[in-house]
Amino acid sequence: MTRPATKPDALARQEIERLRAIGHSPLVDAGGLTFVYRGAAEAVRLRLWIHGLPATQSFEQPTDDLWVLRIEVPENSRIEYKLEVVRDGHEEWILDPLNPLRAEDPFGANSVAQGHGYARPDWTLQDPGAREGTLEEFVVHSAALGSERHIGVYVPARFRRTRRYPLLIVHDGFDYLRYANLQAVLDNLIHRLEIPPLVAAFTQSKNRLEEYAGHDGHAEFVAREIPDLLARSFPLHPSAAARGLVGASFGAVASLHAAWRHPGTFGRLVLQSGSFAFSDIGHHRRPATFDPVARFVNEFRRRPGMPAERMYLCCGIYESLIYENRSLVPLLRQHGIEVRYEEVRDGHNWENWRDRMQSALTWLFPGPLWMVYE
Amino acid sequence: MPDVLILGPQYRHPNLREALQRAGLGGPIASITAGWQEREGELGALEEHLGQRVQDLRLYERTEGVFAHDPPLHEAYRQRQADLRRLQDIYRARLAHAKAAARETFATADESELGRWARRDAVAALRRLDATHLRMIERVHERFAKQWSASLRPLVARQQAEIQHLIDGAAVVCIAGGHVAVLLNRLRLFDVQRLLRGKPVVAWSAGAMCLTERVVLFHDHPPQGAGNAEVFEAGLGLLRQTVLLPDARARLALQDPTRVALLARRFSPAACHTLDEGSEWHWHRGRTRTAVAVARLMRTGGTRALEAAA
Repeated sequence: MTRPATKPDALARQEIERLRAIGHSPLVDAGGLTFVYRGAAEAVRLRLWIHGLPATQSFEQPTDDLWVLRIEVPENSRIEYKLEVVRDGHEEWILDPLNPLRAEDPFGANSVAQGHGYARPDWTLQDPGAREGTLEEFVVHSAALGSERHIGVYVPARFRRTRRYPLLIVHDGFDYLRYANLQAVLDNLIHRLEIPPLVAAFTQSKNRLEEYAGHDGHAEFVAREIPDLLARSFPLHPSAAARGLVGASFGAVASLHAAWRHPGTFGRLVLQSGSFAFSDIGHHRRPATFDPVARFVNEFRRRPGMPAERMYLCCGIYESLIYENRSLVPLLRQHGIEVRYEEVRDGHNWENWRDRMQSALTWLFPGPLWMVYE
Repeated sequence: MPDVLILGPQYRHPNLREALQRAGLGGPIASITAGWQEREGELGALEEHLGQRVQDLRLYERTEGVFAHDPPLHEAYRQRQADLRRLQDIYRARLAHAKAAARETFATADESELGRWARRDAVAALRRLDATHLRMIERVHERFAKQWSASLRPLVARQQAEIQHLIDGAAVVCIAGGHVAVLLNRLRLFDVQRLLRGKPVVAWSAGAMCLTERVVLFHDHPPQGAGNAEVFEAGLGLLRQTVLLPDARARLALQDPTRVALLARRFSPAACHTLDEGSEWHWHRGRTRTAVAVARLMRTGGTRALEAAA
């Protein structure tokens, strides 16, 4: 049996009409993404932050007002992007008008393309049935840093003074709350019994590129001042196994550095897309802001010690930092640290870090899921 | 056998009050909320739902008091728990292999005599392992009970007398859900089953699990680990030939026929029953009087709604 022949130009016309009529972009299939832009322009380009792909890719223009770009993307990918539209000789970066999905970060917002197979985990969404913890903000004076700092403190639902709680300290904490929905994530995971009720402290640096880059004063603030301060107000479990640090990017460097400077203080680390620049020989190839990071990481690689018994590391395979993160894992394991390492098809962004929280926290702080039937 | 009313989870949309009315159980209520641990006795939501005061038996608090005043007993108890944990670790390791083998045999479509035999024998191996584990658990408890009989411990005996008094003053005893090990250990320490003396019991979730002959922990898709259902303890045995699975819709892959069939066959002749929100199962004189939203896992891999005996 043979199919009736279809003229190539007729197919193209059908496809153009289909693309003209669609209400959203990109179109998703198992092989990749098809981005569509409608409107008059001199050029339309896709701006991506994916290590391994060109930062800019040009759309084709099958008709005057239709622009199309097809890229191959593996399953389960999640990609943040903008459109670069050229009109009257001026380039403008815009959010995709045909895509309602947005991801915010401290620099603004990006459009989000969810590849075939990706689904936002339900535990990252507000669950009306989950008991909500509370968040209070405090201003504290740090002697180690010589300045005042704002700290957010999360207290779980059904908090009891008669119980002792694990403590989680989160670098860039207010960003985690805003862009990674961490309060709802904690509420949900605690409610589902996947992690135990815990107290979390959210810190935010005024100068993170300096203070998170192997800064001893900041390590003192995180490892000594915050736990001491909170232990005066909350019933915290004193053991290192009940103390965790969380950080992403430079925040991961700060977490590892604080734990390394103060061994025995933190038993659990969550290191997401760590900016672990290092050089085995010569100079690292990152910008100068990474110089203090590389000094610390090089020193750490020479004598890692035991900063924490258990660490969760993750990195997006679309990040340039994948090399540094992959390199760290065998070193940690060789020194007896229990490591769980995950790679995902995502980039250096908050929603990537949000989506890894269940895996990270349930491994580091397993909850009473098996034992509690309410 | 006293009237027993079994319910599903109560924390979101409780059906306790309506179920009590339907079962014809009224009057003063005593509660056991030891599974709530440090929240024991926080009865505001329960009393509001029931529209009446509730007297909590405070088993968790009593246990803390007994241990504080009887260090040798506390030490022996701790040792028993350590022994049980060790047993559980050994069992869990063996179970992982046995379960993997069973899943493998069930995954094939081999309907030959050999294939069927392989499946039967894989389930038999699981059953042997479960049975041996349960026997070992019971042996640990027997040894402890023999050595630390409550009658020899005046503090426990005094608490039992108080508990007995409170139970006698109630028309119904409610056993709430929560931490199943904490709850079961307190029920066992004070020999609550004996103190009930035929009193009607209403139990939900972990409370209901404790009334069966064996407590099975389960979750088919936990965030960590393989999710192998495991025999955890010998229960009080008030309900026979049933394994209760609270919050089953959230915890079990009920749409997976292999998992369902395996669970059903593994614990046969006991029947595995799901308890979800709205579930209500009234046992009267040892038989099912009413059953609402309770399903039985079938050996064929499906589920079937439980029906009251004619």
